[in-house]
Parts: sequence; structure tokens; C-alpha cells
Amino acid sequence: MDGFAVQFVSGLKTTVLLALVSGVLGMALGLLAAAGRLSRWRAVSLLVGFYTTIIRGVPELIIILLIYFGGTVAISAFFGRYVEVNAFLAGVVSLTVVFGAYAAEIFRGAVLSIPAGQIEAARSLGLHPWQTWLLVILPQMLRIALPALANQSISLVKETSLISIVGLTDIMRVAAIGAGSLRAPLTFYLAASALYLALTSLALLIFNRLERHFAVPGR
Amino acid sequence: MDISLLLTSTLTLAGGIPLTLLLTFASLLAGLVLAVPLAFMRASSCKWLSLPVLAYTYVLRGTPLLVQLFIIYYGLGQISAIRSSVLWVLLRDPFWCCLLAFSLNGAAYTTEIFRGGIQAVSNGMIEAAQAVGMSPLQIKRRIIFPIAFRSVLPSYANEVISLVKATSLASTVTLLEITGLSRKLVSETFAPYEIFIAAGVLYLGLTFLLTGFFHLLETRLNGAPRAEARPHRVDLQQVAHE
Repeated sequence: MDGFAVQFVSGLKTTVLLALVSGVLGMALGLLAAAGRLSRWRAVSLLVGFYTTIIRGVPELIIILLIYFGGTVAISAFFGRYVEVNAFLAGVVSLTVVFGAYAAEIFRGAVLSIPAGQIEAARSLGLHPWQTWLLVILPQMLRIALPALANQSISLVKETSLISIVGLTDIMRVAAIGAGSLRAPLTFYLAASALYLALTSLALLIFNRLERHFAVPGR
Repeated sequence: MDISLLLTSTLTLAGGIPLTLLLTFASLLAGLVLAVPLAFMRASSCKWLSLPVLAYTYVLRGTPLLVQLFIIYYGLGQISAIRSSVLWVLLRDPFWCCLLAFSLNGAAYTTEIFRGGIQAVSNGMIEAAQAVGMSPLQIKRRIIFPIAFRSVLPSYANEVISLVKATSLASTVTLLEITGLSRKLVSETFAPYEIFIAAGVLYLGLTFLLTGFFHLLETRLNGAPRAEARPHRVDLQQVAHE
């Protein structure tokens, strides 16, 4: 077990990095998609609606497998020889796509729950639509979206474990290797679950802090 | 993209639907049976009842389902007491391991959903039931649970949908449900696009059916259809118009 401590640390780093990168990218994608969903162009709104509905109706594992193996086939065809896609990259792409879909629906709901008076007030002050979005809608919307976003981020941390199925050496993969080589699956998987529990607890703590920081007194 | 391959693989993968549905509904039922008493314990004001349940839901909701499944499928065999017991007949079998993992995991989420519903039942209802002379068990069964269930139905529907999607993890312990079949098919043909898209379409169909069913149930239970909640849409579009 001792020799595996170092590997668990590097697996932990991979998991955290994967969750952070795909969380940030997914949040950006979610914001764009939510804006698209609320746009006046019906085609854009419909397209984004398709995206969020399809992604949320299909298991994450299928999306990961599709992007990993599909990406391998596409890039191999492009280069004319067998090229395997980097598992981390495939993980970032698939988790971003998934997180973006859920974040889009969260942001959309939050924007819709902002009182209309706020937007009318911004307009009557002569703010440009861009300013209205940036200065009035976005700050209020983020505060409303925070609890749901916290849940989704915790799901994201847990979903990173699925990338081990396509060969990324994260916490889960290190545990699987250790379990196989030392014939002690229970010990290794319990260690992995302790690490994941620590990560999700940390995420919960950070989001609770954020919620308290951005809370409006008296509301 | 080969359309004929897409169609034939959809037909092949449809053979995995029964197992996916069996896993979903069996663990749904087991999870529900487990979650209802746990939710009442979790909502109780007695710390000795609510804290153990909180520990259970916290750990199961804080760790990936994949780890839980592997602990049950690979890990439990490490304990020789389990290997020599009668339970080993079941725990050796990937199907029962999946069922156990999905039920325990689903029960944790369902418990927290129901707890919210139970705590939201207004005091007046409970006091009225007490005034009529109902016993505590009767109050739970006839007043609190039906009201709570109705109010948490949308969240419970979401939980059911995520359970359908979670059954795809059964493919990692060799079960041949939709995902397992598609992975086998891809390793034989190496046509990932067609086959995984076909699998996605099947899952999408299942989730649509379930969403429709829960919408129907919701309208039935509430008597009237819920009002569409998109109040501020027009104003936002006006902002975008300028």
C-alpha cells in the first residue's frame, strides 16, 4: 500500500485538474448556451434546446465512450494511421459538454426568475442590452444559480471517475491497478472512496462559503 | 456515418433494453422501500435517528457510484466471512451486485428528496389529523406521505431518470445491458459513431417515455395541469431586441 501513496497523490492531482478544467469550461459553455436558449432567434434557441435535452437524456458513460472512441476514429482517419486520443483531453471535452448542458438549464432558470422590474429599470436608465446583461442580469442570476451549481459541481467531481474507464490514471484507475496487483480490492476502493468523499466535502464547503458571501441580508 | 449500420445496431442494442429496465425498476423499488422509513428517520427531531441516516446519505451521495459498485463487486470478496457465507451466491453474480449498488445509492438520494417533502408538510395538517384522533403511524401513512410524495414528484422523476442513466455503469462489471452490448459491438466492428449514437437514441427514448409518464402522473395527482412557468420571457426578448 505504501508504494501506492505516491500514485494516489498523482491520481488525485489528475482528478482535481480534470474537474477544475471541465468545470470552468463547462460553466462558460453553459453561460453561452443559456444566452442562446433565451435569444430572440428561434433557430439558436431550438438548437440549444436540442443540445441540453439530448445530453441530459443520455448516460454520461455513452457520451464519454462516443467522444473517446469516436475521436480516435476521426483523428486516425485524418492522419491516415492509428492515433489514440489522449484520455485526459477526451475527459475534458466530454465532461465540459455534459456540465455545459446542465449549467445552461440552471442559468436559464435563474435568469427567468429575476423580476422583470429589474430589467425594465435597467432599460429606463438607458443601459445598453450588453450592460443590462453584464451589470444587472448576470450578478443576480449567479446568486440564484449558486445552490444548483454547487450540486452540479459535486456531480462533476464524481463523474470524473468515469474517465478511468477509457484509461485515464485518476484516483479510480490507481485504485483499480492497486487492487489488481496487491489483491486487496476492498482496501484500495475504500481508499479511493475516502479521497472522493474528501473532494466532494471540500467542494461543498467552498460553495457554502460562496453562498454565504453572496447572500443578500434580509432576503 | 453508415445509416444502415446505425439501424441494424439499434435493433441489436434493443436486446439490452429488458436488462436495463429490469435493473432500473428493481433498484427503484428496493430503493423506495428503503428510502421511505429512512426519510422519516432523517426528518425526525431525535438526533439518534436522524444523524446515522445523514451519515449514510452523505457518504453515498459524496462518492461516485462507480466506486460503490466496485467495492461491492470486487471488494466484498476480499472478506472471507462473506465468501464462505450464503450471501456469496448472490454477491458473486454481477447482476445482484449492480442491483445492490444501485438500490443503496438510489435510496440515499431518494431519502433526501423525501425528507424535504416531509419537512415541508404544514403543521396545521398534522395538528388536524391529531385532533381527529389518528395514531402517529396513521398520520404518517395517510397525511404526511401522500402530501410529501406529491410535492416531491418532480424531483423524484429526475431521480428515476438519473437511475436509468446510472444503469449504464453495469457494463463495467460485464453485464450486457444497452451500454454493455454497445461496447461489445464496438470492439467487434470498431464503428463507434453508429453504435454509441444508436445506444444514445435508445436511452433518449427511455428517458422521454419516463418523463412523459411522470408528467401524466403529476397532472393526475394534482387534478389540474401545472401552469407553464415562463413569466419573464417577453421582457428578456425585448432586452435582446434593442
